[in-house]
Amino acid sequence: MSLFVLHVSLTFGLLLAAAAAGVVGLRRQGASDVVYGLSALAAAGGAGFAVVHGFLGESPAALALPGGLPGVGIRLRIDSLSLVFLVVVNAVAALVSLYAVGYGRHEHPGRVLALYPLFLIGMNVVLIADDAFTFLIGWEFMSLASWGMVAARHEDPEARRAAHLYLLMACGGAFALLFAFGVLAGHAGDYAFAAIRARTLTGWMPELALVLILIGTGSKAGLVPLHVWLPLAHPAAPSHVSALMSGVMTKVAIYGTIRLVFDLMPTPQWYWALPFLFAGISTALIGLLQALVERDLKRLLAFSTIENIGIIYVALGLAVAFTATHLAAPAAVALTAALFHVANHAVMKSLMFCGAGAVLHAAHSKDLEKLGGLFNRMPATGALMLIGAAAISALPPLNGFASEWMVFQAILASPALPVEGLRFLVPAVGAVLALVAALAAACFVRAYGIAFLGRPRSPEAAAAHEVDRVSLAAMALMAGLCIAGGVLAPLVVEALRPATLQLVNAGLPAQAGPVPLTLTPFDGTRSTYNGFMIAVFLLVSSFLASWGVHRIATRATRRAPAWDCGFPDASPATQYTASSLGQPIRRVFGPIALRVRQQIAMPPPGSTAPAEFRLSMTDPVWSLFYVPLARLVELLSWQFNILQFLTIRRYLTLMFAALVLLLVVVVLWR
Amino acid sequence: MGDFAFDLAHLLSGLMVVVSMVLLYQDRLTAMLNVFAAHAMLLGAAVGWQAEVQGAGHLWITAGIAFVFKGIVIPAALHAMVRRLGIHREIETVVGVGPTLIAALALTALAVLVVMPATEYANPLAREDLAFALAVVLLGLLMMITRRNAVSQIVGFMSLENGLILAAAGAKGMPLVVEVSVAFSVLIAFIVFGVFVFRIRERFDTVDIGTLERYRGEQQDGA
Amino acid sequence: MTGDPALIGLSLHELVWQGCQMLLMLVIAPALVGLIRKVKARLLSRRGPPVFQPYRELWRLMHKEAVVAETASPLFRMAPYGQFAATWVAAALVPSFATGLMFSWSADLIAIVALLGTARFILALAGMDVGTAFGGIGTSREILFASLAEPALLMITFTVALLAGTTLLSAIADHLLLQPVGLRISLALCLVALMVVALTETGRVPVDNPATHLELTMVHEAMVLEYSGRHLAMIEWAAALKLTAYLSLIACLFVPFGMATSTEDPVAMAIGLVTYFAKLVGLGVAVAVIEVSVAKMRVFRVTDFVGGAFALASMAALLLFVSRGF
Repeated sequence: MSLFVLHVSLTFGLLLAAAAAGVVGLRRQGASDVVYGLSALAAAGGAGFAVVHGFLGESPAALALPGGLPGVGIRLRIDSLSLVFLVVVNAVAALVSLYAVGYGRHEHPGRVLALYPLFLIGMNVVLIADDAFTFLIGWEFMSLASWGMVAARHEDPEARRAAHLYLLMACGGAFALLFAFGVLAGHAGDYAFAAIRARTLTGWMPELALVLILIGTGSKAGLVPLHVWLPLAHPAAPSHVSALMSGVMTKVAIYGTIRLVFDLMPTPQWYWALPFLFAGISTALIGLLQALVERDLKRLLAFSTIENIGIIYVALGLAVAFTATHLAAPAAVALTAALFHVANHAVMKSLMFCGAGAVLHAAHSKDLEKLGGLFNRMPATGALMLIGAAAISALPPLNGFASEWMVFQAILASPALPVEGLRFLVPAVGAVLALVAALAAACFVRAYGIAFLGRPRSPEAAAAHEVDRVSLAAMALMAGLCIAGGVLAPLVVEALRPATLQLVNAGLPAQAGPVPLTLTPFDGTRSTYNGFMIAVFLLVSSFLASWGVHRIATRATRRAPAWDCGFPDASPATQYTASSLGQPIRRVFGPIALRVRQQIAMPPPGSTAPAEFRLSMTDPVWSLFYVPLARLVELLSWQFNILQFLTIRRYLTLMFAALVLLLVVVVLWR
Repeated sequence: MGDFAFDLAHLLSGLMVVVSMVLLYQDRLTAMLNVFAAHAMLLGAAVGWQAEVQGAGHLWITAGIAFVFKGIVIPAALHAMVRRLGIHREIETVVGVGPTLIAALALTALAVLVVMPATEYANPLAREDLAFALAVVLLGLLMMITRRNAVSQIVGFMSLENGLILAAAGAKGMPLVVEVSVAFSVLIAFIVFGVFVFRIRERFDTVDIGTLERYRGEQQDGA
Repeated sequence: MTGDPALIGLSLHELVWQGCQMLLMLVIAPALVGLIRKVKARLLSRRGPPVFQPYRELWRLMHKEAVVAETASPLFRMAPYGQFAATWVAAALVPSFATGLMFSWSADLIAIVALLGTARFILALAGMDVGTAFGGIGTSREILFASLAEPALLMITFTVALLAGTTLLSAIADHLLLQPVGLRISLALCLVALMVVALTETGRVPVDNPATHLELTMVHEAMVLEYSGRHLAMIEWAAALKLTAYLSLIACLFVPFGMATSTEDPVAMAIGLVTYFAKLVGLGVAVAVIEVSVAKMRVFRVTDFVGGAFALASMAALLLFVSRGF
């Protein structure tokens, strides 16, 4: 108990001190060092305490503070689920803060400084909240602080638009969550999580709550069709904040989904899995296809975040389906896969955003068409980003593959489902997921290849330079985690067992296959994967190959101009560009999924007018969902416009009618 | 019924569904006609196997009709027609191959989902036949709505009809009269379609049915 | 290689057998390519180079000076070894003459597919490294084809795994060997789909032409255009290994007969080895026959071709639900 008090007071104390330093040092040199240093310390402390909690077995630990709602107070609690997310969120936040110590020096600090620690506080509060009030306070803190950082560059109209949209979506999401808690708590109005857990919901209340939860948490996580703000808002913030928003804040949203659906709601029905599966798979596909044609490096990463969120929701949907049909072992596999992917994606997406920040700083552009050849100019960043790109493309032996492999294993367990429709649906979802996995690799070949390989496409890119050592160290640690997460995957899975035991009453079997470090979701005869052995094999065989070739054959090497079939062209403009590299994929998937429209205007012979090529792409969700919605709102507001010009008597009548209506509702409801 | 009998019946009727999909994949007329011939021959084999397994002599006749008429005579006639009319060898599609195949997969899944629970207590062989037959029928319909060429519409219709015969063969005790009448109706349909195609060709110099649309009464003023 | 032998329970001869498998793959891969070239030439009424010509080519390339473009990054020089290693490991994990080899548990079919994906990732990046139009065009097409072929392969994996209840290749082969599954339409579809995927992934004729150069239709050759000397040798060898891996995969999944199920029995091992060679020769001839009998496709027709494989594999998974046992 006292450990928890220490944990809370130390973490939040340090973060508050950092925020205060941010306010005081708004215009001072070196303030960023203090703020980010303290934040890094606090986040590292938060992660460390969580690990200690786990080792001492001191969870669940609870704490009640005065204040908050009358009769509820501020209740804090740490259980196995919170622990997992506390470790993920704080560990990544610590690394990103470390990166920011270096990066923040040249990224103009200004308003971001004070908000950054508050953002971390908000996320931590959400993770340890034990009543709806505290949860929502933390949630809103997180939203507002991040909104402030998105709006930090308000002189840019793009950033203003992003911040505006983000604020709207955050409001809507919080509204839905508020309602969800209302439905869950019911008439009694006891908003402590323990009381909510004890309630039984009747009728269609659980389904209503589920929809509200998915809207509330999904809008923060970036679930289709509530994802439109994400690719605008995440890249608009400074890169280290983008890393936190994409890598960590979306995970807090997923924590919200898991906490509410698996912990607070009653036992699920099988059809609850449907919204998860449909929304998840379309999120994954739509996010990825847009990433494949995106030119802006940071926005590309944000789209890839949407894709990964989709994968996580698919895994959660499988966990719901298996739990509802009392298949404990596959449920544990699916949930473990989801949590594992949460951790992996937090690390790799933060790494990628930090790398993108380094690129932005070094080459003054995040437009892929202006980059190129950065590997030669900034080899350390290039190598670290390569690890991140390979990890996020789900390539063995790195961590992204390990968790996607687990998701596929969960899908392969689907024939055991007793519901005919799900048995058909899940393999179809698996097929799309396989497509997504393959396209992800294509996406990052494109992103990495255009930015870091080839020849520089602009003078700025040609003059790029390596970033500072602190940033590099932070990125190296993240890359190390990417490798460790893949090679030592069973250790991570073991650490997730208490959480799955808590939520679905089952855990994976002991991860002791034929040799240690073998990932065994069901049992040794069914499916195993050993990332450690694969890594060793790869290292040994590539060493053997290169050593052998150099030994028995020649090692003579000559530098010469590129051959290019005998017609080397001096201009870097003859290289494949980001748009041309994605063209085949755009042509195959584009017309339906992205509403790609191409127009070629050729001038008539003899005319000196330039030929024109126009390409337009829109998110189908935007035109099919939001545009009609906006029209509807506009229409309604015109209709309601007359309300502005009524007499006082009429206004009084309206109020009276509303009062009577409410009274009638109260009578009927009882 | 032995495992082998079951497996073979399953294989043959499953292959019919696959060949229906292959029909949708084709973009050349002649190749499509060959695939259709394979479809009909598979039907012959499937019905013949049912005859053997069920010990129903009259099914052999159905199998024979399918094999000889639809597998050999009709494709040959269609080949001749295509040659004589000098019809374009390419099939104009309304919907691309990719989306059509995805739709075909979804339709097959739908067929299985509809039939399997509805016939839970039936004989497993009949169940499967019915599921596959429904899938073949749906794919035939899909072919008719996604292809513009009149010849491919005939082929779509006849593959649909193959599905009906597959369903009939699976159900025990289907009297011969029904099958003969079904076969006869196909013959009639074939002739009607043939005349139809010749007429279109004479009138419009193409067999793309898209050109017909302009001549429908209600659109005349727009054309 | 790692860990305490007693803990793993490995005996020396198991390690030897696994080593044999690794070396076997490495050694026979060029011969398979040579065989296909030979058969193809004979079918076209040419004499053709000897079957062992690819070894001489590799030897010659290795002894040549490697020319590296001035604009190349360090990745360019590391990539050949990286993709070679990934391909080699993937090939070595496909059971060839015996099931249940020592490291068969370290990667299941999904992981093997992903390992080949790693190799492709590295090579696709290397194609873009020098910054020429040819490299870009190769990479662009390679990632398009791969992004359609990989899901098809994963659907095949699903189907086979649903049938055998495991994704471990060795266990699947055991399952198919010991419990005859009868005539399965799903398996037939998978075979066709896997054949299409194999032709696509290894750059054979309807998709890509391994013998062509300087054509705008080429894919793999365009990607590695800037490579020379020992680097090119590694890439060619890896391509041969990939072909061997795919044909071994087909052999293992669809004609597992003759594979040894225990490493204890030398006679069974010998039988396994002989049948494995026979299967490879048969499949190699089949590839050659396909190559001479179909024309190369237009690039955007390939997507229909591979998409068709994906549809067939999905169909196979679907039909499994109709058949007995599900």
